[in-house]
Amino acid sequence: MHKAQFQSPLYPYLLLLPQMAIVAVFFLWPSAEAVRSSFFLQDPFFGNETFVGIDNYTDAVTRSDYGRAAWFTFLFTVVVTFFSLGIALLLAVAADNVLRGQGPYKTLLMWVYAIAPPVAGLIGIMLFDQHIGPIVDFVALFGWDMRVGVDYWDTGIAMMIVATWKQIPVNFIFFLSGLQSIPKGVREAASIDNPSPSGRFWTIIFPLLAPTSFFLMIINITYAFFETFGIVDVMLKGEPGNNPVTLVYKVFLDGFRGNDLGGSSAQSVILMVFVLALTIIQFRLIERRVHYT
Amino acid sequence: MTTLEIKQAVKRYPNGALAVKGVDVTVEEGELVVFVGPSGCGKSTLLRMVAGLESVTEGEIVLDGRLVNEVEPANRNIAMVFQNYALYPHMTVYRNLAYGLKNRGTPKAEIDAKVREAAKLLQIGDFLERKPSQLSGGQRQRVAMGRAIVRDPAIFLFDEPLSNLDAKLRNQMRLEIKRLQRRLGTAAIYVTHDQVEAMTLADRIVVLNNGEIEQIGAPAEVYGAPASTFVASFIGAPPMNLLEAQTGDGAIVIGETRIAAPVHANGPITLGIRPERAHLANGSGGADGPPMQVDTVEELGAVRLIHGSVGGQHFTANQSADEPIPGDQVRLRLLPDDLHLFDHGTGRRL
Repeated sequence: MHKAQFQSPLYPYLLLLPQMAIVAVFFLWPSAEAVRSSFFLQDPFFGNETFVGIDNYTDAVTRSDYGRAAWFTFLFTVVVTFFSLGIALLLAVAADNVLRGQGPYKTLLMWVYAIAPPVAGLIGIMLFDQHIGPIVDFVALFGWDMRVGVDYWDTGIAMMIVATWKQIPVNFIFFLSGLQSIPKGVREAASIDNPSPSGRFWTIIFPLLAPTSFFLMIINITYAFFETFGIVDVMLKGEPGNNPVTLVYKVFLDGFRGNDLGGSSAQSVILMVFVLALTIIQFRLIERRVHYT
Repeated sequence: MTTLEIKQAVKRYPNGALAVKGVDVTVEEGELVVFVGPSGCGKSTLLRMVAGLESVTEGEIVLDGRLVNEVEPANRNIAMVFQNYALYPHMTVYRNLAYGLKNRGTPKAEIDAKVREAAKLLQIGDFLERKPSQLSGGQRQRVAMGRAIVRDPAIFLFDEPLSNLDAKLRNQMRLEIKRLQRRLGTAAIYVTHDQVEAMTLADRIVVLNNGEIEQIGAPAEVYGAPASTFVASFIGAPPMNLLEAQTGDGAIVIGETRIAAPVHANGPITLGIRPERAHLANGSGGADGPPMQVDTVEELGAVRLIHGSVGGQHFTANQSADEPIPGDQVRLRLLPDDLHLFDHGTGRRL
């Protein structure tokens, strides 16, 4: 490979500077600040701060509302990841079977991806509206008096459905391209070796999709954990009360509603460690993926 | 006994394109039949119709006396070797070989015995625990053949299996496929665009062009008596020389030279002459054939190819390297038995 040679040894650093500045200002400095303030009891009005050691951490993880939020976040993540992957895979397999030479279907299915996330979120909210939401009307037919925003689990389930629904198009696109990258010859060889289409799916297609699935699983866990903040916020309409919250939303609540900046910092540091671990796993998997083919 | 009968097979694609236009082929027990032709001639489509990977628009595919038009590929008792091997990348070699048998419900001990036997036959016993990505092209090719062998099918279907290998390996594998097929005594169809593979492997060659059969015959027949100008120019390397000529009065006229020959035709014909049957005579060495203007000489070691023109038309002659290199002007010496006459319009043999 051709290597670029710079006249001055400082020149490459100069080129890197803007990127490094962005990382420093928007990531390193705030996270260092979060780590530092997680060891202090903060006066919310920029007054004194008192060093409290790891009290904020022990406080955070031993409090019952933190445990409750952690449990809900875990459940929320598992449900959203499982269903958004499962439904997307089902759609992708169905589309892949129909698609042969029929581009318009693919384009139509992918259009969903182009809907702006806030719009998608808002559509979800409307569907579960207490007065005009068709889903609330529908489940009422089965005797389920769904009260989103009032009942803990009703709200939680609505959040899960909206979050799942919003993530399906992304997963669909990845799964579809994963399916289409499986060599035609391999599928044909399998059709000679195995008379059962479902047998072929589970023994050939699904294992060959595994790299895509692993990758998407990490993406979806990250999504459910961190990127659903907007959905949670819109669905709670700023009134958490007795309603379920995710850990990320709780960081916001405790810090900016509860004015407990130290405790909120401690919680965000815990989440930061978690996302770091996820990132490491993801990189490992992507490395494996490269070896795969 | 007949293993496979293809009766009036037609393949029409949804867009109306006709890939196969009513083809009849039979494959006898233990016979190796090669489908050969240029790309787009329908040879692969026809093979895939036999495999069940393409539907049959019209006609019948009868395998071992059973009409299989509507039978799933897995239930047809065929085995196929693909051009790009099509091994299962996530399975070890062992599992690649065992997969088809497992799906048929073969007992484990029997699978193991068959896999090990095939592995021994193909000398891939040392690689059984490896994944396909850890194998070379030639080894993958062997695994692909092993996967076909363990199925113990009524017929092997080879779809250009050697085209991804380098020239040396290709020659070696070609010989191995032939030996293996003889040894197993299983009927086979082998699709290729390479006329050398066709000539060396086939018991019978089916030359296809444009979805139709040009000629079916043993390699020597197809080479010695091509049924059309298409077959004449496709089989044999370098290809047969085809010259525009006139006939009349029991003679063939090329340019200003008359060659006495027992022809019944009158008027324009296409005259075919194999390069190795065009003998050259320097100066006035007793030759009475048409003069050839020599243009380029290619040395191939044992033989040399002499390119030039006869009566303004391109002509190639093949000469032993022992003979003296000809000058710019030579005369051809042609024997009547070596002349192939084709209809000027249809290209069919006269």
